[in-house]
Amino acid sequence: MTERAGTTGLILNEPLLWEKSKTGRCGMSIPESDVPEAPLDAAFAGDGPDFPDLSEVDVVRHFTRLSQWNFGVDTGMYPLGSCTMKYNPKINEKTSALPGFAGAHPMLPPDLAQGTLRIMYELEQLLCEITGMDATTTQPAAGSHGELTAMLLFYAYHQKKGEKRTKILIPDTAHGTNPASAALCGYEAVPVASGEDGILSVEAVEALMDEDTAGIMVTNPNTLGLFENNIREVAEIVHRKGGLVYGDGANMNAVMGVVKMGEIGIDAIHLNLHKTFSTPHGGGGPGAGPVCVKAHLEPFLPVPRAVKNGDTYALRYDQPDSIGRVHAFYGNFGILIRAYTYIMSMGRHLKTASQHAVLSANYIKERLKDVLHLPFDRPCMHECVFTDKHQEPNKITTLDMAKRLMDYGFHPPTIYFPLVVHGAIMIEPTETEPKENLDQFIDAFRAIAGEAAETPDLLRESPTIPKVRRLDEATAARKPCLCG
Amino acid sequence: MAKEINDIILKDGIQYAEDHEWAQQTGETFKIGITDYAQDQLGDIVFVELPEVDTEFSKGDEFGTVESTKAVSELYMPMGGRIVAVNERLADEPELVNNSPYDDGWMIEIATDDTGDFDALMGKDAYLDMLKGL
Repeated sequence: MTERAGTTGLILNEPLLWEKSKTGRCGMSIPESDVPEAPLDAAFAGDGPDFPDLSEVDVVRHFTRLSQWNFGVDTGMYPLGSCTMKYNPKINEKTSALPGFAGAHPMLPPDLAQGTLRIMYELEQLLCEITGMDATTTQPAAGSHGELTAMLLFYAYHQKKGEKRTKILIPDTAHGTNPASAALCGYEAVPVASGEDGILSVEAVEALMDEDTAGIMVTNPNTLGLFENNIREVAEIVHRKGGLVYGDGANMNAVMGVVKMGEIGIDAIHLNLHKTFSTPHGGGGPGAGPVCVKAHLEPFLPVPRAVKNGDTYALRYDQPDSIGRVHAFYGNFGILIRAYTYIMSMGRHLKTASQHAVLSANYIKERLKDVLHLPFDRPCMHECVFTDKHQEPNKITTLDMAKRLMDYGFHPPTIYFPLVVHGAIMIEPTETEPKENLDQFIDAFRAIAGEAAETPDLLRESPTIPKVRRLDEATAARKPCLCG
Repeated sequence: MAKEINDIILKDGIQYAEDHEWAQQTGETFKIGITDYAQDQLGDIVFVELPEVDTEFSKGDEFGTVESTKAVSELYMPMGGRIVAVNERLADEPELVNNSPYDDGWMIEIATDDTGDFDALMGKDAYLDMLKGL
């Protein structure tokens, strides 16, 4: 297809459900009560919720129309850097909807839940194999929740040794949630500046690491899309002072089957199943952020743990040093089935997926670097970071170019992150885009760079095609309209 | 779009810090805010978090945060002192920091016996030179 993907079509307006409501309209028949009415204290009943009165067709059309305003990975390329918006194969949905899984009650006794326990146990084994770690908890419900869980593990580890450590080192190219997770666990986050080449220097860590420091949180590959080449030396320094190394595995999509985190000095790492392992993101989630650890942290993992005794599976609660539960029951189990399905269907091609993700990002980097400023000109991992420096003379910003991409039919990349790069444009194509789509994206961005010089006002007024034009983000944040 | 350096408004009679805060002596106390350059770089400010009155800070301490549509940034004390007042208007009108960074958009007022930190800050010309060198 040589035509531009972005086009106009018939998009239908849709009011809020409360505006659509007509008193007395109803979408279902409630059966007549077959028990006698019993009086209820009015104080218990209250006024009742303010629900709109709607028919079934009102509701179906409402959500169908809203979905048509939306853009998702099923619609088109979604190169949102640091988010790994890969296509989610539909077989994941099929397996997780199997009645035996979907209908399993979390309080079933283990002898009636062998299949679900087996999935939990085997997924843990698979994630250990992929990361090179020894044990896994699948309880955490998000990446940041995994970070917090790992910080609790660090705390428990030091406490068991009779130590009270108060600080955590966090490079300026780490994920933004890292300092928040450390602070929530009572640690003081100490920033470590990355070097001129965008990666962590051994000297910078050596200067800050001491015996009051519980460890370091390293995002590898980092948020500049660069692999932390010095990770092994950094880990040695931290270990020598009795600290632990946390790997933020949010960028694991670059290195599956290529790097074993357990062999480069990482003591604990979280994985985002909703990124690397093709389960749905965000509002469509829920997410899952399992934590994989080396053997010395295993005693502290949350309980219960899925274990295998001979040919049967069980839940083990007997683990006195455990930090306890971090989620009700066993985490977001439906997501675990999707990730298990993905891993089993990909097999050894998990490595191919990572290789293609890296190749795609490097292809975009090489083909755009003559029109967009590339602050770190070296091979990247699964994402590449540009800036708006070349467009500055025309007073065109990263935001303007990102908005214009929508007219061309692409979801904008991540912008203004990482913070260490001024005016950052962070592109993560993932392995699931074929070369034709990458070329179309590149052509679109090249055309936009041309427009920035020739018709800059077009960019400032963009997007021009989508249902909703450029939003007033400042007023939206200052005076939010929170209505149903 | 960011302003050119020559378009940045700089006020006489106040002192400037490297982290782009300003301090102004008003009788016995000092008012502190962020410079026109800082607000311009941050973009539209949507939330300002300020400390409690009576909190004591040293020079360089983080006294609050400012959130724009782009990012959340820390605010650093250009000089040490005790908070005697905070600009309550910023809670509902954070845009004052953008529209009037040196006047209505002030952030905190502090008291101190030691004016050494204040005297050590940059004047208008030195701050402008620093911006040009950025």
